[in-house]
Amino acid sequence: MPGKNAISSVNDFVVRFANVNGSGSASANELFGRAILRMGVPVSPRNIFPSNIQGLPTWYEVRVTEAGHLGARGGVDLMIAMNPQTFDKDVASIEPGGYLLYDSTKPLPVSKFRPDINVIGVPLTEICNKTYTDPRQRQLFKNIMYIGALSALLDMDVPAIEKLLGEQYKGKEKLLEPNVHALHLGRNWALANLQCPIGLRLKSADKVGDRIFIEGNAAAALGAVYGGATVCAWYPITPSSSLADAFTSYCKRLRHDPETKEAKYAIVQAEDELASIGMVIGAAWNGARAFTATSGPGISLMQEFIGLAYFAEIPAVIYDVQRAGPSTGMPTRTQQCDLVSAAYASHGDTKHVLLLPEDPAEAFEFGAQAFDLADRLQTPVFVMLDLDIGMNHRLCRPLAWDDSKVYDRGKVMTAAELEAGKEFGRYLDVDGDGIPYRTYPGTHPTKGSFFTRGTSRDRYARYTEEGPAYVDNMQRLLRKFETAKDLVPRPVQANAARPTKFGVIYFGSTSPAMDEAIGLLEADGQALDRMRIRAFPFHSSVTSFLADHDFVFIVEQNRDAQLRSLIVNECGVDPVRLIPVLHYDGTPITARFIAKAIRERLDALKLAPQKVVS
Amino acid sequence: MTYIAKPKFHHPALPKNTLGYTHRDYEGKISTLCAGCGHDSITAAIIEACFELSIEPHRVAKISGIGCSSKTPDYFLGNSHGFNSVHGRMPSVLTGANLANRDLIYLGVSGDGDSASIGLGQFAHAMRRGVNMVYIVENNGVYGLTKGQFSATADRGSKSKRGIVNTDSSIDLVAMALQLGATFVARSFSGDKTQLVPLIEAAIEHKGAALIDVISPCVAFNNHAGSTKSFDYVREHNEAVNKLDVITGRAPITVNYAPGTVQVVEQHDGTKLVLRKLDADYDVHDRVAALNFLQRHAANGQVVTGLLYVDPDAEDLHAHLNTVARPLNALETKDLCPGSAALEKINAALR
Repeated sequence: MPGKNAISSVNDFVVRFANVNGSGSASANELFGRAILRMGVPVSPRNIFPSNIQGLPTWYEVRVTEAGHLGARGGVDLMIAMNPQTFDKDVASIEPGGYLLYDSTKPLPVSKFRPDINVIGVPLTEICNKTYTDPRQRQLFKNIMYIGALSALLDMDVPAIEKLLGEQYKGKEKLLEPNVHALHLGRNWALANLQCPIGLRLKSADKVGDRIFIEGNAAAALGAVYGGATVCAWYPITPSSSLADAFTSYCKRLRHDPETKEAKYAIVQAEDELASIGMVIGAAWNGARAFTATSGPGISLMQEFIGLAYFAEIPAVIYDVQRAGPSTGMPTRTQQCDLVSAAYASHGDTKHVLLLPEDPAEAFEFGAQAFDLADRLQTPVFVMLDLDIGMNHRLCRPLAWDDSKVYDRGKVMTAAELEAGKEFGRYLDVDGDGIPYRTYPGTHPTKGSFFTRGTSRDRYARYTEEGPAYVDNMQRLLRKFETAKDLVPRPVQANAARPTKFGVIYFGSTSPAMDEAIGLLEADGQALDRMRIRAFPFHSSVTSFLADHDFVFIVEQNRDAQLRSLIVNECGVDPVRLIPVLHYDGTPITARFIAKAIRERLDALKLAPQKVVS
Repeated sequence: MTYIAKPKFHHPALPKNTLGYTHRDYEGKISTLCAGCGHDSITAAIIEACFELSIEPHRVAKISGIGCSSKTPDYFLGNSHGFNSVHGRMPSVLTGANLANRDLIYLGVSGDGDSASIGLGQFAHAMRRGVNMVYIVENNGVYGLTKGQFSATADRGSKSKRGIVNTDSSIDLVAMALQLGATFVARSFSGDKTQLVPLIEAAIEHKGAALIDVISPCVAFNNHAGSTKSFDYVREHNEAVNKLDVITGRAPITVNYAPGTVQVVEQHDGTKLVLRKLDADYDVHDRVAALNFLQRHAANGQVVTGLLYVDPDAEDLHAHLNTVARPLNALETKDLCPGSAALEKINAALR
């Protein structure tokens, strides 16, 4: 060992831990990822977990990538197979020449292994049972022990791991010493009994810089704090619950009056998603910044209220952490499958603003900006995260805030303006941008009150079923949606080194895999211009991009090409020129998948050019 | 149906309250409900109560769901903001509004279909949370706008206008509110203004979740023989446990009552509720006894009315959440945004 065809790589490989849910492996595995970051080597970790509390298989994957490719890669170079239930499948998933680390306490027949991989046995249970008597300790320290073995096998920086443990158990020093001990037990056994390091190795680099390591849900929650949210109403649902949890803990730290200790926020765990969006709309109607966090099934339940907020023009911020649908679908797997149901949520003619962050840094930025947009446009704004961004730690640029920024509360008429005789019509388009003025309840004793309703009304909020008044209002809402196009985050475009008639459009969590795929395609001599869409409605540059290219690939993580549908619907382009690249098995999209799909279609286009009807 | 404005002129000698407002200043638009509808009497009682309490009309937020009852907020307090929201979802909208600004008075208006059928869940949870509000159910046992189907408060055995007998058990929102922890629970009858007006006043002054279930006959679909929500039936079976006088401010009670017949309840804000007992054994502070009393009388076909339960020391949702005294909607960037220095610290901890 290593064997003949052993994979040899420095700072560029994939390690996967196969564990049992609830066995305490998560913190040990996370320690592994963080320790590599401390060596200056970027990692991209992913939780692959079931909808279960204890007992089912769970995996933690760490892509070690000095080049900084943060998308999933696919394939496994080193498997830490700790779950007997999935052992065979886990062994089968290792790349030829890859490595298997397993608990060799109990001998396994040769048939359990593969001849084309390198098998590393560590008698973890045996060492544990010799050292510890408490069953819980035996389990927990086994996890730290394999990290210790890995530190030897991969030539990791041990002081960095010890330092991380010190930070983790700050204030709980009693726990620190036994953890460090377990780490060295594993490490020393490996150094004494195995050839270290193996072909996969780590080497300190300086490729992490000042980047931070944070989950998208936590970053979005922090965005809500910075964006001035004061009311949060939510209902627990995977994968969004940790967003509300993070908002709660950040508020506890950052939003209490230093003297009175009173809270400058209100968080209510509602009885269901209908109530949570109802509370958000009630609070926003009354002038507070309010949000909810949910996932696809929650969006389905909120449909009626979202239509009310659209039609009655009430701000609302909805973070949708998407998971695989339809129905209950795969609650712990990722997809970008709520685009259409969010964009056109509710009955009747409706359209909503969507923000599409690519990573936690944008989840923070858009998460805060959503409140300005909702107030400015007086309409619901969706921040579309997904499980891949939301529930995984992702390396991203540090979060930044401009202290000179003041919240944009939009067009709110004050008591002084009403008193001075300024004309108030709740649905009067005084500025030509489709956005009327509103008043908060309780503003003035005799002026500016109005009756908010989901029924049709005239420009002065008076009930009417007159056709022209209804059409007038619906047209103004369209004008407002036009205004939104220039207020939402613009697309980001990157052109190929040489002119090309091929383009690619993508969004959200596809971003790192797409960037990497472009590199793979360029290496093949393929050139593509790319555009990352960051919001709906689409900025005019999207239509220009489509016009500038003969064929545009639209890469997304759902079955029905939902972004493509929105583009066809809103931009009025010939659908033949928009080639869908779809990944929707619940795993995050990879560069390998994108590059292969685009390569195949490009080849097909060359063999039999399709006629474009202009 | 179109919008009908009410003429503004009024008699110069109309009485004024301490704010200098007349009744007319508490009115809204002309009702579009049927002539004789019980709901219009409730509207009049709300106007009366707000006038009597000298409430600034714009300090009330009127929130409703969908249905005949939910239309009524347009017919009173024309200078208040109103929100006619989604069917059965008034409680959540009201809860959110209340969280945003604790300084306004929240008046939720709903019906039996809105609260007991489609909105039963939201009704229950708003009561549980202790949202500071007056929740009025205008209860007629039928769906009026859709032509007379039974709602969930219709009694088993009662007959619809078309002669259909209701075979489902009824939901008693008063009993539910008692069980769910509401801190002010009353039932009244739209035909008894002298009982209803002081109950609304007391509910407005109460800090916490206040429910008033008002039996309000539907003259179009539920006022016939065989209905248990008709004017005649309720008049015949009304079992009032007390009569209420509301005395605001710290003024001493000057009205003389016969000893032993009166119970005085002082609320947080100093308002005194003077209860003239009609049933000597009834104790408004005993939640369990109230439930028992209610159900014993319901079994005999009687409709128990009056103030059935009050906890004068109730806490509301804001107290549970320990929110700041200043309304959340008045907090600005400087109050809410932790700033870049705090963010730098957070960044540093994430490396």
